[in-house]
Amino acid sequence: MSEYVIQARQLSRNFGDIKAIQQLDLQVEKSQIYGFLGPNGCGKTTAIRMLIGLLKPSSGEIEVLGLKLPDNADKLRLKIGYMTQNFSLYYDLTVKENLQFIGRVYGLSINEQKKRIDELLDVYDLNKQKNQLAGTMSGGQRQRLALSAAILHHPELLFLDEPTSAVDPENRRDFWEKMFALSDQGTSILVSTHYMDEAERCHKLAILKSGIKRADDTPENLMQQMDANVVEIEANNLPQLKKDLLELSDIISTAQLGARLRVLVKKSVKDPLDFLSQHNNIQSRDQLTLARPNLEDVFVTSTGEQST
Amino acid sequence: MKALSRIYAIFYKELLQLKRDKMTFAMIVMIPLMQLILFGYAINTNIRHIPVGVVDQSHSALSRILIQTISATQVVTFEQHYMNTTQAEAGIASAQVRAVLVIPADISQRLARHPVVGLGTPPATNQETVRPVAQWMVDGSDTLVASAIKSLRNMPLAELLKKPANRNTPTFEVTLFYNPEQRTVVNIVPGLVAVILTMTMIMFTSGAIVRERERGNMEMLITTPVSSLELMIGKIIPYLFIGFLQVIIILGLGHVLFHIPINGSLLSLAGATLLFITASLTLGLVISTIAKNQLQSMQMTVFVLLPSILLSGFMFPYEGMPVIAQNIAEALPATHFMRLIRGIVLRDANFTDLNRDIYWLILFTLGGLLIASIKFKKTLD
Ligand SMILES: Nc1ncnc2c1ncn2[C@@H]1O[C@H](COP(=O)(O)OP(=O)(O)O)[C@@H](O)[C@H]1O
Ligand SMILES: [Mg+2]
Repeated sequence: MSEYVIQARQLSRNFGDIKAIQQLDLQVEKSQIYGFLGPNGCGKTTAIRMLIGLLKPSSGEIEVLGLKLPDNADKLRLKIGYMTQNFSLYYDLTVKENLQFIGRVYGLSINEQKKRIDELLDVYDLNKQKNQLAGTMSGGQRQRLALSAAILHHPELLFLDEPTSAVDPENRRDFWEKMFALSDQGTSILVSTHYMDEAERCHKLAILKSGIKRADDTPENLMQQMDANVVEIEANNLPQLKKDLLELSDIISTAQLGARLRVLVKKSVKDPLDFLSQHNNIQSRDQLTLARPNLEDVFVTSTGEQST
Repeated sequence: MKALSRIYAIFYKELLQLKRDKMTFAMIVMIPLMQLILFGYAINTNIRHIPVGVVDQSHSALSRILIQTISATQVVTFEQHYMNTTQAEAGIASAQVRAVLVIPADISQRLARHPVVGLGTPPATNQETVRPVAQWMVDGSDTLVASAIKSLRNMPLAELLKKPANRNTPTFEVTLFYNPEQRTVVNIVPGLVAVILTMTMIMFTSGAIVRERERGNMEMLITTPVSSLELMIGKIIPYLFIGFLQVIIILGLGHVLFHIPINGSLLSLAGATLLFITASLTLGLVISTIAKNQLQSMQMTVFVLLPSILLSGFMFPYEGMPVIAQNIAEALPATHFMRLIRGIVLRDANFTDLNRDIYWLILFTLGGLLIASIKFKKTLD
């Protein structure tokens, strides 16, 4: 067996005229957290659905856990867990009933079920809610329930589609702790997100834009090998400066951060500080400093667009 | 073993959801109750007390006695007196009355020559004997009302003249089996079982798959190892119980309120009901796999329900329908169950008499399950 849990070659999927995914090549290693980063509508959900066998690709090849898809989708089901983007358990069932349903569906014996559900209720802090209807819970609680349900049958490979989109920041942090714990136990995870800070925590990630993969590496490599330099400028009248700088073809983007302007300058410009200080609107008293690139810069550089 | 566990998972989940869905739960009990009472009390093809008028041109004692005799049959109630036939026609047109009796001025002569009375010596000429005593003008648009009044045509007149009732010997002797008192409700209530089961069973399951899709549960369900067939079976079983509950309500209350006899064995009744319920449930499932949303599934349910009520023999005798309608009716499970349940409940027919209907229901169920499982793809495409 290969050490890749997911391999996809030239994967494409169209919905009528919409090209949701185009020629996606993908390799995900065992026991890693692999991220899909991209804005809404870039094809994250479509890609995940194809990798699970829920959608047939228009073209391309997929092999997940050594099984070719979509032919072996049925065999794969027992080995993977999937947490859908929108809550897909039953709102009119309680936490415990939902988990019991999943336990029975995966054919766990009554004892196994009981043990596993108690364990999950503990780990995911749902003991107080166990008899509450899922429909009446908060976003964070519901998300923990969905994760518990997705891993109840101990899957080797876990697909999480924007798991933190309906959750507050504190719960998001907690959720990532849980993901790392799972990963440490050997579970491979593919997670999609549109949050930069989350993407930065992945072992590896792919940046998607309009169905096309723009970059794919570890966050560190992506930031180091970024095709731009980052300069921060402290000056007066930043809005005007921002506008003027954007006219220049060597400037990829500008973003105001409080009293500073963060400017991405193409790598082809040898000395970005010197280049910028030549500009009419920059006075000698203005401060220009080179900054460490972050993932947002990588995203903007590789997709050529300002993210929000 | 694992398959059983999965079917049980679906079954138990449906049961829990049903328990919390107060509206559906209420419908399960209310639909049979309401329908039974409505149909049982309201539908009656033995028509009584039709409002009618009279134009009395003779103003004789005889005409008054004639009116009383007719009233005594209880078929009609005289509510209006009209001066002439023009007024009477207006009365019918404005729906004041359904029919008007016109008593001619020469009623006593007509009566005297009437063969029943037989006073005419020398024998009356043909022309005279064929003249009826009086005339009915009837609003014929409702055939049931019209035929009720037509049934008065050969009303015995002998007692009009205080003669001993001169019974005519009928051409045929008629012995009425199974429903000798000719109560409509005896035929209606067993038929109602078929109609209500068709309605509720198809209605509940036709939304079953669509609902999972609309609420977003489908994406989760199809990533689990549940197979289409297991899903279908698991979804059907809770409604089997509900179907039986409804049959018990209808036939039980029918027995108490309307004294419907249950002549056949309860076992064959249960067997036939089981077959029909599963057939209806699978039909609902097929609808559910075709429909895109709950509205569509509802529309398709009505599409099946209407012919099931009209063509199954519930409303009109199957034998009286044109061949095309009969062919459509043959395809509907309700038609076959209508025969089965009336056969078992009213005539104590046994299964071998009703073989064909039983085979059809079994075939229908298997075919339906197959189609539903094939149509239900475990993908989102
Ligand atoms: N079932 C579908 N039918 C038609 N278009 C679809 C369908 N699913 C997704 N799309 C389109 O494909 C594109 C990618 O969607 P999606 O994969 O949901 O993106 P993301 O998950 O990154 O937000 C969007 O333009 C979306 O409108
Ligand atoms: Mg999505």
